[in-house]
Amino acid sequence: MNDFNYHKAATIDEAVNVVNENPRAAYLAGGTNIIDLWKYNIISPELLMDVNQLGEGIIETSDGIRLSAFITNSATAWHPLIEERYPLLSKAILAGASAQIRNMATNGGNLLQRTRCYYFYDPNVPCNKREPGSGCSAKEGYNRIHAILGASEQCIAVFPSDMCVALAALGAVLNVSGSAGNRSISFNDFHRLPGDTPQLDNNLLHDEIITSIDLPSKGFATNYSYLKLRDRHSYAFALVSVATGLDLEDNIIKEARIALGGVAHKPWRVIAAEEYLVGKAPTAENFAIAAEIILQGAISFKYNAFKIELSKRAIVRNCLMALDPSSQLPGSQPSA
Amino acid sequence: MENFRQINLLVNKQPYTLAIKPYVSLLDALRDYLDLTGTKKGCDHGQCGACTVLVNGNRVLSCITLAVMKDGAEITTIEGIDHPLQNTFIEHDAFQCGYCTPGQICSAIGMLREGKAHSRAEVAELMSGNLCRCGASMQIIDAIMEVKSGGSNE
Ligand SMILES: Cc1cc2nc3c(=O)[nH]c(=O)nc-3n(C[C@H](O)[C@H](O)[C@H](O)COP(=O)(O)OP(=O)(O)OC[C@H]3O[C@@H](n4cnc5c(N)ncnc54)[C@H](O)[C@@H]3O)c2cc1C
Ligand code: FES
Ligand code: FES
Repeated sequence: MNDFNYHKAATIDEAVNVVNENPRAAYLAGGTNIIDLWKYNIISPELLMDVNQLGEGIIETSDGIRLSAFITNSATAWHPLIEERYPLLSKAILAGASAQIRNMATNGGNLLQRTRCYYFYDPNVPCNKREPGSGCSAKEGYNRIHAILGASEQCIAVFPSDMCVALAALGAVLNVSGSAGNRSISFNDFHRLPGDTPQLDNNLLHDEIITSIDLPSKGFATNYSYLKLRDRHSYAFALVSVATGLDLEDNIIKEARIALGGVAHKPWRVIAAEEYLVGKAPTAENFAIAAEIILQGAISFKYNAFKIELSKRAIVRNCLMALDPSSQLPGSQPSA
Repeated sequence: MENFRQINLLVNKQPYTLAIKPYVSLLDALRDYLDLTGTKKGCDHGQCGACTVLVNGNRVLSCITLAVMKDGAEITTIEGIDHPLQNTFIEHDAFQCGYCTPGQICSAIGMLREGKAHSRAEVAELMSGNLCRCGASMQIIDAIMEVKSGGSNE
């Protein structure tokens, strides 16, 4: 663990300017991931730029809601506008981590949390994500929690966020600021697949800061569900999670959104499966066909083959739960 | 002093001024600088909840919080708590070794203040960030349910 400098940012511009000038500077939000990584000697920042005080809350825009990146996951999940209009997001956030961690973790930090691959966390073994070119210990190792979709020869780690699975399903847009100016990034273009550059989790540049997250007006608040399957009922990362939003009319699906978590290097959405469901009845049979489409091309490793069938069943169960959102229970207990 | 910061903390209603390095966690600041050893270090990685304290009334993990981030904040640790939970924990045998207890009590007070737990299942879910290695979790929930006003025990 190295010594580091600390600075409380007064403005976004100040934060960006200082981080831009120092390749070993990083933004500090809730600290729940970055301080942990520093304690494990996975990162050694020279300067932490505290951005917690830059939050602007949650505001209504002409076509949806804008969430500050700097407010906590708790404040977001329990906000009346989110509970009412985007309950899928609320449920997904509340399925993650613990109440204390959600009180600290921010929306921006959640998007940038690193993988929980044990080999990434162990500086004594090769890991291409931590040390490009060193190799991937997970491929031949204990890979029970690892990817079944979109992995590469270099890396089979998964992205562990729950919140981001809902943001993917909702089609959120991220607003970022950097020394080169401001830009917006659609959610699907934010996180990356590992490919040959597994050290890059996302497309954010070093000095860029996420300032807010835009949610489109359509929140799927009538028919939605988030299902998280894990090794204990609560306070554990997802083995597989599913976010579903359905728009139904006369028992026919007008629009469907399905995103998977815990299975790939980014939240996994397959548009062809969502399109397949349009115009169909919301039945287990149709959801099972959508699940087959989503899992097309899935590849398992020695210890995670169970995840393929688990994902398919989770998709069907969660889509059926979306027909009656009250069937979701706290934790991952069986639905009513 | 190079890279030392002066910060002010109001801990259990008492003001303190500390000169510390930015890397000192709030947990170490409380235990090692202020001698308030009631708050426990379990995992030091955010995984167990033993280090839970209240910062401006909110329950957070002091092991993965930097003390400098809380300059000017009001902090409550187990030493500053006088709450009916302390009695119901005893009545319900809600501990064995007691190592998780300060964190459990701070967390439960934070949870009651949040006001989001309306049933026993919701209390269990919202207390899941506090592990009890001695397996007293059921009794801990019992002790909280007794204090919780208007809560059903289902
Ligand atoms: C024991 C434990 C269990 C957990 N379980 C879950 C779980 O089940 N599900 C889940 O989803 N998560 C889980 N988490 C992870 C947790 O949700 C993340 O650590 C948290 O969301 C990170 O947010 P933060 O604000 O604390 O980020 P920080 O740790 O402060 O920062 C994380 C990264 O984001 C960068 N950053 C922060 N804000 C910005 C910004 N606005 N712009 C640009 N960069 C920024 C930082 O530089 C850093 O690289 C768990 C964590 C722990 C410790
Ligand atoms: S010591 Fe802080 S969570 Fe375990
Ligand atoms: S009483 Fe021993 S860990 Fe909870």
